[in-house]
Amino acid sequence: MKLTKEEQDMLAGKHGNAAKKSMEILVALGEIYGAENMIPVFSVQIAGVSYHNLGDAGLDYLEELSRDGKVRVLTTLNPAGMDLEDWRKLGISEDFAAKQLKVVDAFSKMGVIPSCTCTPYFVGNLPRFGEHIAWSESSAVCFANSVLGARTNREGGPSALAAALTGRTPNYGMHLDKNRQPQAIIKVKPKLKTVPDFGELGYAIGKKIGNKIPFITGVKSANTEQLKSFCASIATYGGTALFHIKGITPERVKKPAGEAVEINSGDLEAARAAMNDDCVPDFVSLGCPHASLNELRRIAELLKGKKVAVETWIAVARPVKELADKAGYSGAIEDAGAKLACDTCMVVAPLKGRFKCMATDSAKACFYARGTNNFKVRIGTVEQCIKAAVSGKWS
Amino acid sequence: MELKGRKISSGVAEGEALVTSQPISFYGGVDADKGIVVEKGHELEGKSIAGKILVFPNGKGSTVGSYSLYRMKKNGVAPAAMVNRECEPIVAVGAIISSIPLVDQLEQDPLQAIKTGQRVKVDGTGAKVVL
Repeated sequence: MKLTKEEQDMLAGKHGNAAKKSMEILVALGEIYGAENMIPVFSVQIAGVSYHNLGDAGLDYLEELSRDGKVRVLTTLNPAGMDLEDWRKLGISEDFAAKQLKVVDAFSKMGVIPSCTCTPYFVGNLPRFGEHIAWSESSAVCFANSVLGARTNREGGPSALAAALTGRTPNYGMHLDKNRQPQAIIKVKPKLKTVPDFGELGYAIGKKIGNKIPFITGVKSANTEQLKSFCASIATYGGTALFHIKGITPERVKKPAGEAVEINSGDLEAARAAMNDDCVPDFVSLGCPHASLNELRRIAELLKGKKVAVETWIAVARPVKELADKAGYSGAIEDAGAKLACDTCMVVAPLKGRFKCMATDSAKACFYARGTNNFKVRIGTVEQCIKAAVSGKWS
Repeated sequence: MELKGRKISSGVAEGEALVTSQPISFYGGVDADKGIVVEKGHELEGKSIAGKILVFPNGKGSTVGSYSLYRMKKNGVAPAAMVNRECEPIVAVGAIISSIPLVDQLEQDPLQAIKTGQRVKVDGTGAKVVL
């Protein structure tokens, strides 16, 4: 790889141990993927924050880097394993909390903003069209590439941190025009209306074409919340980093040659059936990815004057919750007995065995609730989920 | 015999080879406190990788695997060095942050050229393996 003078100095250790280690990681990745050079990044989003996943080894590594590491660009953080302020209300143990706070402290010491959200684009980490970034968190990667038109590979925690500590990423993969072209045509026949409809579409496409870049036609409209859920789903079930939807996403690409793969109503029904167990929810979890203000507005409307009968969490970025407090949404939600969980979510919190059946509007949440937490799941609209929260029944 | 390859992670280490034809997931597939492969049905299930020259085609699974290698190194149960047929980012990053020598893309397929139990020296810095 061709490195600039400054990059060579980093590699030689002239900018400290953390920058050296980070540049070693980036050069190795660049060489594996045939990058010719490094490129500056506008921002970084770092995953691998929950102590549940990191363990003591991950914590040691972060503390070692934090001795002399400082981020060079705007850097935000993925959710942690608990609400960093109100962790007791979520039933988190003292031991876990102490370790989790150490992890976040190590990141903070390096200048990472402890935003602890999977929706960095809602809290000020918003790259423009065509801008190079180095993000981890599969749903956010997919959103940044597809909906915003920024450019990032699917980074892991350590490589994203390395990009933050050097301000660089190796120039390969999604950073290059030639790798952003669609590889399969998807023709969507049914009319999509709700957030779970889009989650089911992500599941169906992911299962059919894996991580190929789809060129999707037939989707007439999609709002931000629907696209957020679709990104999370197609990244979870297909490993997709980028998609194009005709008339919706901003990047101008040519329709690829070849036959279209059709998605019909049967495919969506099969997806829904695959994500629905026969169970009665004892846990309702919304905000995967983290809830938008508009979603909180709707949930507050649905919960106003009611009481929940089962444990109900709405995961949200803290700054978004603070606006919801001012708008009166939080009051309506909390008066009903539901909990707004900041800084965390059901994917990364240590919840295994605490519940039996989770209701959600998120296809991604279904996957992790089953795999990581051993829950059964129900997927439905936000209206269905709130109804289940209040009645203790699924309909 | 000397086989040239590509440097992924620098450093030199020598030891006894442990060879598998199956990919390894260091997160979930290996007990990071004991250095024992725990993935059900894996060729190496129940075997210790501690101090070995671990020869395998490539890594698989979660990106947390990089941290798992680091944890093994801290616990003193990491492989002494690794040889891959074709390295991927999770194992590459894990080897670099843990200072475990790693070479891939040898002139000959390492899964054929190297036998379990054989004495092997991996020279990450010099991008070669000596049998």
